[in-house]
Amino acid sequence: MGDTLRFRDDPVPDEPAVSLDAFLDQPDAASVRIEAGDDVRRLAPVLGRLKLAEVDFPKFRDGRGFSSARVLREMGYAGEIKATGDVLVDLVWFMRRCGFDSFAPNVPFNDDDVEAALTRYPHVYQHAADDLVPIWKLRHG
Amino acid sequence: MYRYDQYDHAMVQARVEEFRDQTRRRLEGKLTDDQFKPLRLKNGLYLQLHAYMLRVAIPYGTLNSVQMRKLAHIARKYDRGYGHITTRQNIQYNWIKLEEAPDLLAELAEVEMHGIQTSGESIRNVSADQYAGAAADEIIDPRPWAEMIRQMTTFMPEFSYLPRKFKIAVIASEADRAALRWHDFAVRIVKNEAGEIGFETYAGGGMGRTPFIAFKIRDFLPTSQILSYMQAVLRVWNRNARRDNIHKQRMKILVHELGEEEFRRQVEEEFEHFLTLGEDFPQAEYDRIAAYFAPPPFETGLAEEIDRSDPAFAAWVDQQVVAHKAPGYAIANISLKPIGQIPGDISAEQMDLVADLAERYSFDELRATHAQNLVLPHVRKQDLYAVWTALHEAGLGEANLDLVTDIIACPGLDYCSLANARSIPLAQKLSERFADPARQQDLGELKIKISGCINACGHHHAGNIGILGVDRKGAESYQLLLGGSGDEDTSQAKIAGPGFDEAGIIDAIERAVEQYRSIRTPGERFIDTYRRVGMDGFKEAIYG
Amino acid sequence: MKILTGNDLKTGAVVWWDGQGWSIHVEDAVDVGDAAEAILAREDAACRVNGGYAIDAEPEAGGGVRPAHIKDRVRAYGPTVRPDLTLKPADPNAGNWVI
Repeated sequence: MGDTLRFRDDPVPDEPAVSLDAFLDQPDAASVRIEAGDDVRRLAPVLGRLKLAEVDFPKFRDGRGFSSARVLREMGYAGEIKATGDVLVDLVWFMRRCGFDSFAPNVPFNDDDVEAALTRYPHVYQHAADDLVPIWKLRHG
Repeated sequence: MYRYDQYDHAMVQARVEEFRDQTRRRLEGKLTDDQFKPLRLKNGLYLQLHAYMLRVAIPYGTLNSVQMRKLAHIARKYDRGYGHITTRQNIQYNWIKLEEAPDLLAELAEVEMHGIQTSGESIRNVSADQYAGAAADEIIDPRPWAEMIRQMTTFMPEFSYLPRKFKIAVIASEADRAALRWHDFAVRIVKNEAGEIGFETYAGGGMGRTPFIAFKIRDFLPTSQILSYMQAVLRVWNRNARRDNIHKQRMKILVHELGEEEFRRQVEEEFEHFLTLGEDFPQAEYDRIAAYFAPPPFETGLAEEIDRSDPAFAAWVDQQVVAHKAPGYAIANISLKPIGQIPGDISAEQMDLVADLAERYSFDELRATHAQNLVLPHVRKQDLYAVWTALHEAGLGEANLDLVTDIIACPGLDYCSLANARSIPLAQKLSERFADPARQQDLGELKIKISGCINACGHHHAGNIGILGVDRKGAESYQLLLGGSGDEDTSQAKIAGPGFDEAGIIDAIERAVEQYRSIRTPGERFIDTYRRVGMDGFKEAIYG
Repeated sequence: MKILTGNDLKTGAVVWWDGQGWSIHVEDAVDVGDAAEAILAREDAACRVNGGYAIDAEPEAGGGVRPAHIKDRVRAYGPTVRPDLTLKPADPNAGNWVI
C-alpha cells in the first residue's frame, strides 16, 4: 500500500478509486480519483455516497488540487481527501488548510519534516477549509 | 506607514525559520534543486548569472529610514555595496550567497522586511501610486487597501502553486501612476453617486511575451468584499489555466481565451459563492490599518516661495518637484538615473543618505517607484534647497524625471540568466547621447524602456520608445518599438521594423526623435505625435 | 571543446570543471568530451555544483578558454557594466573579450 499519512480516525475506505466519469456512472462507487484537470463540482449530486476523494498532483507545481480540495469542503463533503502524486512535504500545512486529511506522496515523507511543516506557522492570515481563526479575528475579538 | 503587530512579526519569523530549515536540507543534499527551487523562489531568491539574487519586498513602494539603513547594511554585509530598485517597487541584490541567505532574511525581519512571494508563481508585491498620501488628486490614500490586500494574499493556502505569477496594483486617482492596466489584477478606488468608496476592478493585463492590457470587469465593487472577489478571480484562474506550457499560463492568456464576457461571468459566479462563505475582513480591520496611514502632522503657515536664484536648483525644482496636497509642502523625486550611470542602482552610501533625508525632511518616509526612482513624499518647500544640495553632492541630483534620460532598463545580460542582450550599456549610451539639459527639456516627456529579453521586465511594451534585446545568431540585437504607455491612456508599443545592433538603435532613436521634433504641433509630447501620425509617420524617417 | 559550468551551491559563484574540482576561473576549464553527463550527475548529487551544464568552448592562444555563447562569457567575466566587480578589475580590455 505504501506510506500514507492520515489525519482521520475513521476506517480507511477500501474500495478502489475510480475515475470521475466512472464514479458518476457507478451508483455503488464510494472512492473517486480526481485528476488535476477534473471539475469536482460534478460530484455535487452524488456527494452523499463519496467516502474518499484522491486528488492527484502530477507535478508539485500544478496547484489545481488545492482548489479541488477546498471546493469539495465548501460543497459540504466531510469524507477523506487524499493527496497523491508529486506532493512536497513543505506544503503539507497549506494542504491541510485546504481540507486534505491524508497524503500518499510518490516519495514518502520524513516524519521530522512533516512535524516541522505542521507546526511552523503560529497563525493564519485568512480563512480556508479548516476552522482556524484568522489573525484579523484575533485582533478584533 | 504600517507597523507590524505581534502576529505579523510571528508570521515573518516563522517564514525565516522555515527557510533556514529548507536551506539546511538543500545544503545537506536532502532536497534536490528541483525541489528547493520553488521554495526559495517563494522567498525571492533566484539563481542568476553571477550568484544568487535576492528580491526584497518594499510593499507598495513605501519604506522608512530604519528600513533603508538596513537595506544599506545588507548591501555592505551580504552583497557588494549596492542594490537595484525594480520596476515593481522592490529592491534586488545580485551577489547573495545561499549559505548566508537565512541570516540575511533574519536581519530583514528585524525591520519588518522580507522576500516573501517576490518571485516564483506567487501573488507578488502589491504596487501603488508612489505619491500616495501626498497627491492632491487621490480620493483616499490607496495604501491601507494595498496593505489589506497584502495580508489577505500572504500564504493563501489554496493558491500555493498558481499557474504563474500574479501582479496587483492599487490606485485612487484618475491619473494612473502605477501602470494599472498592465497588471493581472488591479483596482482603482472610486466614489459612487451615493458617495460610497468602492473599487473599479480590472483583470487580465500583463507584459511578457504576449502583452495584454487589462479590461474592466466591474464598475463598482464594495470595498468590504475585496477578499471574496479576489479569491473568485484567483480560483477561476487557478482551476482553468493550462499547466502544460509555462508561456501560456498567465491569467491574461485565460482572459483572452475565454473572452471578457465569459471570464466576467465565471468570476461573478464564483464571487457569489465566496460571499456565502463570509470570509471578508471586517471594517474594524480596515480602520486599524488605515490609522497607520493617517496624514503626518503637517505644519501650517509655512513659506510657499522657493528661492530659485541657483539655476541648477531651479532646474531640479522644475523637473523633480511635484505639487503636494498640503500647503507649504512638496513631493521631491530622487533620480536614480544620473547621466551615463546604471539606471535604478543605488549604493549603500546613497541609501544611508536618502534615509537621513527622509528622516529629517520627509516625516521619515520614502517611496520606490516602478520607474526605478525614489520619492521623498512630504518635504517642506523651505527645505527643498537643503535636500537638493545633499542629493546633488551624492550624485542623486539629476533633473530628468520622465525625460529622455529617465530610462527604465532591466538588469539584462549583465546580470540575468534569462536575457538575450545587455540592456544597461545601451541605457548608459542613450543617456550620454541625450544628456544635454536643453535638449532634454526640448524633447519633453519621453519614456524609454529597455528589456533584455521577451520576458519584458523592463516594461518595453509600455515605453513611448521601447527596446527589446534579442539574440541574432549569437550576437546582441535590438528591436525598436514605438507608442506604448503605462499611464491612464494605456497602450502597447508596436515594432517599428527590422532590428539593429547597439550603435544602430541609438542612431535609429535619434532619427525617431528628430522626426518627432520636425512634425510635432505645439504642446505635443512624443507619444501624442505618435498617436496622431501612427507608425507610418515615423517609419520612413527611421529606416529611410 | 566541451566544458562544464554551473554555480557553487553555497555561494552561487560561477564555477568551471577543471578536471578534479570546480574553479572560478574559466581558463582552468578542461575538455570533458563525452563524460559531461556522468560528471554532472556525480557532482550534483554530492552538492559540489548547482545547476551544472555542458557548453561548447574554444581554446585560446595563451591558454585561455572562450565559451561559445556570450551569456557564458558574461558569467566567466562578470557584469560588463561593473568592471570593478569582475574577476579582472584591473584589466581595461577584459570586457572586450565578452563581446
